[in-house]
Amino acid sequence: MQNNYLITLLLLLPLLGGLFLLVLPKGKENIVRYSGLAISTVTFIVSLLLYFNFDPANGGFQFIHQFKWIEKLNISYFVGIDGMSLLLVLLTTFLTPLTLLSSWSGIQKNVKEFTFFMIMLEVGMLGVFVSLDFFLFYIFWEAMLIPMYFIIGIWGGERRIYASVKFFIYTMFGSLLMLVAIIWLAVYASSPLGYFTTNLLELYNVGPEVPSTIQNWMFLAFAFSFAIKVPLFPLHTWLPDAHVEAPTAGSVILAGVLLKMGTYGLVRFCLPLFPQSSITFAPYISILAIIGIIYGALVAMVQKDVKKLVAYSSVAHLGFVVLGIFAVTMESIQGAIIQMINHGLSTGALFLLVGVIYERTHTREISDYGGIAKIVPVFSFALMFASLSSVGLPGLNGFVGEFLILIGSFKSAVLNNWWYTVFAASGVIFAAVYLLWMYQRVVFGNVTNQKLNGIADMNKREMIVMLPIFIFIVWIGIYPSTFLNVSKESSKKVIEQVYYTQRIFQK
Amino acid sequence: MTEFIYLTIILPLAGFLINGIFGRKIKNACPDSIGEKVIGWIGSGVIGISFLIALFSFFETLSLPADNRQTIVNLFNWIVVGGLNVSFSYQVDQLSLVMAMIVTGVGFIIHVYSIGYMHGDKGFWRFFSYMNLFIFAMMNLVLGDNFLVLFLGWEGVGLCSYLLIGFWYDRKFEKGTTADAAKKAFIVNRIGDFGFLLGMFLIYLTFGSLNFNEVFSRAESFNIDESVFNLIALFLFIGATGKSAQIPLFVWLPDAMAGPTPVSALIHAATMVTAGVYMVARCSILFASAPAIMTVVAVIGLLTALFAATIGLVQNDIKKVLAYSTISQLGYMFLACGVGAFSAGIFHLMTHAFFKALLFLGAGSVIHAMHEEQDIQNYGGLKKYLPHTALTFLVAAFAISGIPPLSGFFSKDEILWYSFANGSFVFWLIGVLTALLTAFYMFRLYFLTFEGKYRFSSEKHPHESPKIMTVPLMVLAGLSIIGGFIGIPEIFSGEHGNQFHNWLAPIFKSAERKLITYGSHSHFEEILLMVVSVIGAAGSIYFARYIYTQKSSIAVQISKRFSKGYNLLWNKYFVDEVYDATVVNPILNTSDSFLWKIADNKIIDGVVNSTASIIDVVSQKIRKVQTGVAQFYAVVMMLGIVLALFWIIFGR
Repeated sequence: MQNNYLITLLLLLPLLGGLFLLVLPKGKENIVRYSGLAISTVTFIVSLLLYFNFDPANGGFQFIHQFKWIEKLNISYFVGIDGMSLLLVLLTTFLTPLTLLSSWSGIQKNVKEFTFFMIMLEVGMLGVFVSLDFFLFYIFWEAMLIPMYFIIGIWGGERRIYASVKFFIYTMFGSLLMLVAIIWLAVYASSPLGYFTTNLLELYNVGPEVPSTIQNWMFLAFAFSFAIKVPLFPLHTWLPDAHVEAPTAGSVILAGVLLKMGTYGLVRFCLPLFPQSSITFAPYISILAIIGIIYGALVAMVQKDVKKLVAYSSVAHLGFVVLGIFAVTMESIQGAIIQMINHGLSTGALFLLVGVIYERTHTREISDYGGIAKIVPVFSFALMFASLSSVGLPGLNGFVGEFLILIGSFKSAVLNNWWYTVFAASGVIFAAVYLLWMYQRVVFGNVTNQKLNGIADMNKREMIVMLPIFIFIVWIGIYPSTFLNVSKESSKKVIEQVYYTQRIFQK
Repeated sequence: MTEFIYLTIILPLAGFLINGIFGRKIKNACPDSIGEKVIGWIGSGVIGISFLIALFSFFETLSLPADNRQTIVNLFNWIVVGGLNVSFSYQVDQLSLVMAMIVTGVGFIIHVYSIGYMHGDKGFWRFFSYMNLFIFAMMNLVLGDNFLVLFLGWEGVGLCSYLLIGFWYDRKFEKGTTADAAKKAFIVNRIGDFGFLLGMFLIYLTFGSLNFNEVFSRAESFNIDESVFNLIALFLFIGATGKSAQIPLFVWLPDAMAGPTPVSALIHAATMVTAGVYMVARCSILFASAPAIMTVVAVIGLLTALFAATIGLVQNDIKKVLAYSTISQLGYMFLACGVGAFSAGIFHLMTHAFFKALLFLGAGSVIHAMHEEQDIQNYGGLKKYLPHTALTFLVAAFAISGIPPLSGFFSKDEILWYSFANGSFVFWLIGVLTALLTAFYMFRLYFLTFEGKYRFSSEKHPHESPKIMTVPLMVLAGLSIIGGFIGIPEIFSGEHGNQFHNWLAPIFKSAERKLITYGSHSHFEEILLMVVSVIGAAGSIYFARYIYTQKSSIAVQISKRFSKGYNLLWNKYFVDEVYDATVVNPILNTSDSFLWKIADNKIIDGVVNSTASIIDVVSQKIRKVQTGVAQFYAVVMMLGIVLALFWIIFGR
């Protein structure tokens, strides 16, 4: 018997915990740190309960909790998860305590506020992944911007104001379009349904029936908003700035989870609500995704700032995810979902490691490094491991996702052209180029910068942060079934929904 | 024993983990060189045991009837999505057993040798850990029963070569660093892997599976257009050119010598570069169904063989000469595959593993004795100081030159014969020409190193290597001498007398059925061609001896007389430079000066920022409306009311 309050508990726990942080006395930084860690760890344990009680054979939404909220407009508090959202919830609750632990010594000013914002960010992200009502979804989607804005704006680097404003405006712009589309869709749906509602499950039945011209516009409004979040080329330029200026924990969450909200939105809303338009636009979006893969990799290659390099690599990696989504095959969508998790782990690990070394040297310029293999061997190993995961070495996680996406897009009836895969696969070469080149310049060679001598290797706390991530990197690499099985039925359902109205594409 | 074949994969992995995690501690905990011994014997031991398991499996398989010699050992599911169902499962059959024995057998010898060679290196434990990982990856490659496990090993050896070529990551190498060489190896391999990936996608699309047995049986039974086979074979072959260093992706292998010498032995002989040949042989039915690509394979192999041999003629770095000879010999193996003589290709792969490992380890012994000096012009007369090394090196040189009855003779001769019988006279002619060049540069190397006058400074006191290094040399020398006897051609051994061929025949049966078998050629022809190539090789050796021990002025004269050609060869046809100028630099420059600095920063961000500033400017203007003067607001309000009234009254 599944507990219907479990998701609500998952949301309330960090929400109340975060408020509790605010009443803690000032000046007791360590109490705040430990409390934050405890709150997020308990949240993680609650999410594990979800995992263990989840029925992977059921493709529908589970742990549903619903009560009326604004009765006149049929708006309700309505939460529930399927396999895909469960994986993303787990990713969120898994990464949050690790980022808090990683900021133990890096964040010294306003620790209380920082921890509060991080926990609130977690609430927002979780809310996005569990909401089944558009109104509720939108509230979480917007609310989450606020803590992120402050995290970049207060604890960020030198150009933090520029970066945070850019981040805010970019995403706000997309959100407004989405709001318009939500209202339009709900109003449109009220005539066949006979009443106004923002219930996603009810709208699922109406969306595919919307005439194609209107459907196209609605689709574009949603897709645009999500594309900014992903980010899809050419809407990506907020990302490098935000990443570079954000503190380590911010970058990890930004790359690890926030970007996934865009791809999540595409799978959760765009494909099932507007299947016809999705298929119409699939080639164009896929082309943008592929441009992103190659462009992101090439630009990453010539970066001088290591954090920017990782940021551009995200553009490339998320390009794979988007390609997988719009290829609409079982292989590619499953690959896209696992790749969302993979990217959270690998890129999260890379940002954490950049943070580790930055704390010691206060520089992110690649040219300031070189030869640190001798000085910090454990760090060098960890960076190698994370890079290889990101490169997509078979046996580690990244390969599983990339391979499934590529093989799925190759046989895709929607794209129906090999060239997509051929170009996308070339990204595999470039990924090796930029990451290994970066690694070589940072780690190999002789020490030329005397300031590097005597820096300390990773300490126990930092290793404890990395270890769980590395375990999952290997786990997904050699036994991905644990995770693929969770999302199997929900992927199948999305595909069925798309093909339901598009029988001609059925093979 | 066959059902425990997965131990040959798990043991090297265990060795990698033990030495990787505890190696440093073992070294620090034990006094003197005992720590090294422990680490070295853990590393070598796991490979040795793996070899024994492979050997027992071989005898077990041998006792089975010839048509029933395949065993599948399934461990667990890997990726199961939609129609894709891939497991970690391993296939024991005639081909994978040959490969497994070469990999672990020669690998074991190289490991033992390394205990001596790497003595005193501060990264001793790291070295053995990487070497074990290398074997682990290679065993996945040769034993996997599907394309994806093969690919796991395929990329894995790429990674290990990266780690090992860059092992001395703080050293300089030629114009750059060892890390440059390592990165180059990985990236060039990845270009090949890109082809291999596409091949896999097309295989999955065509046959609905990535499992060898399923794909190969469907390749025979399905009615599939030849153009699809051509494309599949081409993609796979692109992968093979990367891994096995063929034109146009051979450029990484000469640089791979930046790593410690035993690594070169491992890469060149037992693992890595043989992967491409193995893969083509494994997919023989796919290639045999694509006749056009078979020709491509043969021609690329032949050209690579000749091309690399000419470069080998003039190089002075002992390891570089050997590196080009590997490329050249691999060319022979592809030539064999391309003319449909797959078992001849695998046979040469095996004999080559023996003598090439021997050559590299011998070179290591010389480099060791000469304190890292690698220029053969600075050697000379070393036979006196390194008698064991010199003798074993001589054996290997004879073997690679194809002098009977050493192993190289049988395997090379078989390839040459098939290149004539299944291919053409021109194939044979170029093949023989390459063989003559090979004999010449190998003996140039031998005479300049071990014979003649000393050309090194008197401060150097070369000495023979310790037993732990010379015993492996002797074992390999023994194998190089007798290794060919299992593949004696049928004209000498009678019908079905070629044991090696018989053993592999079931694997290549369906491929050979597809191909047009060679017509009637008389025994006389076969023996004539054989005699011509042997006499040619012997002549080359004599010529090399004459030049490099008696008339060294001839070499100088020739290089002066043909200075342009000499320059071209010395600079390896400027291939690296051409690639830099046409591919590497344009991509780098465009990415930096256009994509990033203009497209990203100017164009896209320009639009974003100017939108922001337009809004800013407009808001500045609008803001002025809010003057704070109440009377002004009142006037505007009045105007509004008036307009609204007008609209209500007259608007309808």
